[in-house]
Amino acid sequence: MGMTMAEKIIAAAAGVAETKAGDIETVTLDRLMSNDGTTHLTIDMYNNLKNPHIAQVDKLVWIIDHNIPADSPKTAASHKKMRDFAKAHGIRFYEGEGVCHQIMVENHVRPGELIFGADSHTCAYGALGAFGTGVGCTDYLYAMVTGTSWLLVPETIRFNLHGKLNKGVYARDLILTIIGRISANGANYKAMEFVGDGLKALSIADRIAICNLCVEAGAKTALMEVDDVALDYLKEHGRQPKAIYKSDEDAVFAEEYDIDLSEIQPIVAKPHFVDNVVPVKECKGVKIDEAFLGSCNNGRIEDLRVGAEIIKGKHVAEGVRFLVVPASRAVYNQALKEGLLDIFMEAGAMVMNPNCSVCWGACQGVIGEGETLISTGTRNFKGRAGHKDSFVYLASAATVTVSAVAGYITEA
Amino acid sequence: MGKVFKFNKDVDTDQIIASQYLLFPTIDEMKVHTFESLNSDFASQVKPGDFVVADENFGCGSSREQAPSVLKALGVKAVVAKSFARIFYRNSINIGMPVIVSKELYEGVQDGDEMELNLEKGVITSGGKEYSCTKLPQKMQEILDQGGLIASLDRV
Repeated sequence: MGMTMAEKIIAAAAGVAETKAGDIETVTLDRLMSNDGTTHLTIDMYNNLKNPHIAQVDKLVWIIDHNIPADSPKTAASHKKMRDFAKAHGIRFYEGEGVCHQIMVENHVRPGELIFGADSHTCAYGALGAFGTGVGCTDYLYAMVTGTSWLLVPETIRFNLHGKLNKGVYARDLILTIIGRISANGANYKAMEFVGDGLKALSIADRIAICNLCVEAGAKTALMEVDDVALDYLKEHGRQPKAIYKSDEDAVFAEEYDIDLSEIQPIVAKPHFVDNVVPVKECKGVKIDEAFLGSCNNGRIEDLRVGAEIIKGKHVAEGVRFLVVPASRAVYNQALKEGLLDIFMEAGAMVMNPNCSVCWGACQGVIGEGETLISTGTRNFKGRAGHKDSFVYLASAATVTVSAVAGYITEA
Repeated sequence: MGKVFKFNKDVDTDQIIASQYLLFPTIDEMKVHTFESLNSDFASQVKPGDFVVADENFGCGSSREQAPSVLKALGVKAVVAKSFARIFYRNSINIGMPVIVSKELYEGVQDGDEMELNLEKGVITSGGKEYSCTKLPQKMQEILDQGGLIASLDRV
């Protein structure tokens, strides 16, 4: 029987010729990413081990991105613990350089790798054909110490993408539409695989946006076939694939969907669930207090260009805060070069340092009781962006920016 | 016997423990904020041996291990749900907190009811009724039996 991409990557990492969905395999990890959301706890557990050691330190990447710059003395202490440990053990360490997944894609991820990240959106790495999956700090610690872990081989849901997105429709509209269709646990424990001629027209930024959000359908990982677009990106960033896998023609899929990209419309996910999606026009007129353009989902240069083009020569609506947060230093510098940050600043936006910002709702830009945020972030859970009685709508960079100008949700 | 604290479907990990508390130095400092947005009395009312009972997809969202950790630290004996999101499920087993799938229990019990869980038999009893629940896969039962994944590291 043929194997899926997910099965092939796990088989290679397990050193076996074949494996199938439902099997449990012991795998060797290629890379281990952790950020400031949990690493302070990982370090405490590590220090309590009888025989603490790190299997292969060059596989570790630690990134401070969630609460940077620190918002309180407690955060500062947790950051210091992480910084000091990384230095003492020679761990590759980034601080204030950007959101962890953007840093990983720009600098580390290679096709065919199996990567654990102590962050649920690690599934973003499928944009480059890598099996990324989110884990907690105990799983992370076990992998850090042993270099290995165990994985239940997931079934795969395959999405055949056809055609092209219409002008004004974005990858984010596509993935929110898919999550709405299959629901918030529609891919629980499963891999989501994207193939088809529709991939060709999707940039790496689009692909990251799609794969990144798959965990909001419960997916264990997301995978895209590696093509010239992915290989060109790797080449530009000075990396080679580890291995390139495709699902076999006789591979078994749990479900298959055919999606005509030209049918996708601009979408909003309403509070408080990511699968609670409706066409933007159904939310038209909802008053907003804040707008956010950024995050590992939609803070890349392509997204900033979309926003800047819309807001150029206009102004953020009175009483609305518009946060623009490039996903990494590289994105920030590129936006500076292209004059995009000038455009945002002149329009009355607040341009922040690369970080997770209000998407994680604990550092900057949090919203108060009864307030409404429209966001390119990853989640709209109750209280996700601040007060428990506040409201988050998710939408594309275009919808967010045009709404920031209008002061209410509206179509681009 | 323990008391039932009942929750709806799609309870995400932000509701179990909000982002603003995650960088606190210890789980003990975080645990008083457990379920703050859904039931602000939970942390003060829950007692060791009590149960969390939920509908589908419990623990969806973020991979924050603080979510099962605060429940365990408050003494929650097990979470029984119709289904679990995978990262929460795995994290719970890893820290040694049972997560049990029961398709029947949610409709059968009310908030505040008393219940008893027999993990070995895969049976829950409450109000004189029995409810079946799924036994853990062997791999996960082994991790649980040894007291979590870290306990196995200390034997390496």
